[in-house]
Amino acid sequence: MQAGNLVVDLEELVSRIPDGASLAIPAEYSGCAAAAVRALIRRGCRDLHLIPVPTGGFMADWLIGAGCVSSVEAAAMTLGEHGTPPRFSAAIREGRIRMKDSTCPAIHAGLQAAEKGIPFIPLRGILGSDLLRYRSDWKVINNPFSEHDDPIVLVPAIRPDVALIHARAADRHGNVWVGVRREMMLMAHAAQATLVTVERIEDTDFLTDDAMAAGTIPALYISALSVVPGGARPIGLAGSYPADGAELAEYAKVAKTEEGFRRWADRAIYGKVPA
Amino acid sequence: MSSVEMGDVSRTEIMIGAITRMLQGLRHVAVGNSSPIPGSAALLARALSGGTLRVSLLGSRKHNAFTDGGRELFDCAAQGRIDAFFLSGGQIDGAGNINLVGLGDYPQSHVRFPGSFGSAYLYHLVPRVILFREEHSPRTLVPKVDFISAAGTSPENVYRPGGPYALVTGLCVFRFDRQQKQFRLESTHPGVSAQDVKKATGFNYIAPEITPVTEPLDDNALRLLRTEIAHQIAETYPGFAARNWGVGQS
Repeated sequence: MQAGNLVVDLEELVSRIPDGASLAIPAEYSGCAAAAVRALIRRGCRDLHLIPVPTGGFMADWLIGAGCVSSVEAAAMTLGEHGTPPRFSAAIREGRIRMKDSTCPAIHAGLQAAEKGIPFIPLRGILGSDLLRYRSDWKVINNPFSEHDDPIVLVPAIRPDVALIHARAADRHGNVWVGVRREMMLMAHAAQATLVTVERIEDTDFLTDDAMAAGTIPALYISALSVVPGGARPIGLAGSYPADGAELAEYAKVAKTEEGFRRWADRAIYGKVPA
Repeated sequence: MSSVEMGDVSRTEIMIGAITRMLQGLRHVAVGNSSPIPGSAALLARALSGGTLRVSLLGSRKHNAFTDGGRELFDCAAQGRIDAFFLSGGQIDGAGNINLVGLGDYPQSHVRFPGSFGSAYLYHLVPRVILFREEHSPRTLVPKVDFISAAGTSPENVYRPGGPYALVTGLCVFRFDRQQKQFRLESTHPGVSAQDVKKATGFNYIAPEITPVTEPLDDNALRLLRTEIAHQIAETYPGFAARNWGVGQS
């Protein structure tokens, strides 16, 4: 199906993420384009500025381990019950990547500013945190609408070059249904280009059905999409299929060493059969 | 039912009981990620409230009513729509500062923790932030954190309806005194002495002359926790529910 002439194959999709791009990916409770991230690693992508929204996990750790990332802006990096992302921790210890530590609402609010086309957005809290000491791009002003002393933090708009997401379905026009996972809507609104992998394309128009339309990213925001059934594996896609716990646990274990990561990547990313 | 029939109350259940009592009478409690003990307490408090308490449990599909993406929790908190939230820390100090970032010289931390999550924000905006940390040791409860993810207190001019309310550990319950800007020992868990707490705590706190014992849940609440609530929390934290109560998801 045409899906608004947006359909390309997976290799073509990830070729639209240039080296040096700022790349937004969703948190792992949302729609993870895990297969596309593996394709991006196979492409040999370099120097990404990675923006997990608002926290990073397995996909971020794969990209860091494969040497694709030069900086990360995130509120946290975690593999959930599988612990700390091992390649991220090693890269921090060795000073190989630059970490712009943030806090969840600052990532969301920065994207909301980009969504509105404004340069910055004020945000409560944060004052007194060391995050503010190290984030020279965050400012503190006095609330200009207050007659009293009322300091408030400003964070700059976050306008990623590319947002990369996975969703349950696209329709024949290329509208993408994300359901309740509306942070992907925010990402698509904020990014200059949005690349999507979907489980399937349905021969319908989501925008003619109010129940579907409310959770649909209009094709207006979509740059290209690929059909990749199971594209969120092994992380899982809520409502479709669960996480592959054994595979994720195996990764958390073996990727603790550089060599273990290489062996894992040879199998899981490059599809090589161990000799 | 006698306590013999209920069997021994575990340390986890004591912590859940202490947190559950702190949620009585509230309207809306939110629970973040990696928070099975607070999550169990919030669901139990809801069951005991007769349905007046709303719970938003992140990571759950059944017990989470947010429909506007990841940002909604934070927008909700800034408007005063969330009465209690829970935070932990790799390090927590006596001034209520928490460190979720790492040990050693930032940014090249020799031990890197996950990161600050929403703490720097929610700590200022949610009136009753309950800190929880099962490991109670001089390593976790320190005189001064290496990195302040979120500050315990703020100067007078800072808009701050929220802040630390209590710290619940595997040994005791501390309450935070916002005037004195330090913790006060409120109770020690059964079998733990005030001296045990003193030895295991790296920061100074206000110690009363006589310290009461943390009150365990009554038999009705404990039964509810081990049955209905255990099944509810298993949806989001299956390993935790299986370990503590041997149940799967309902």
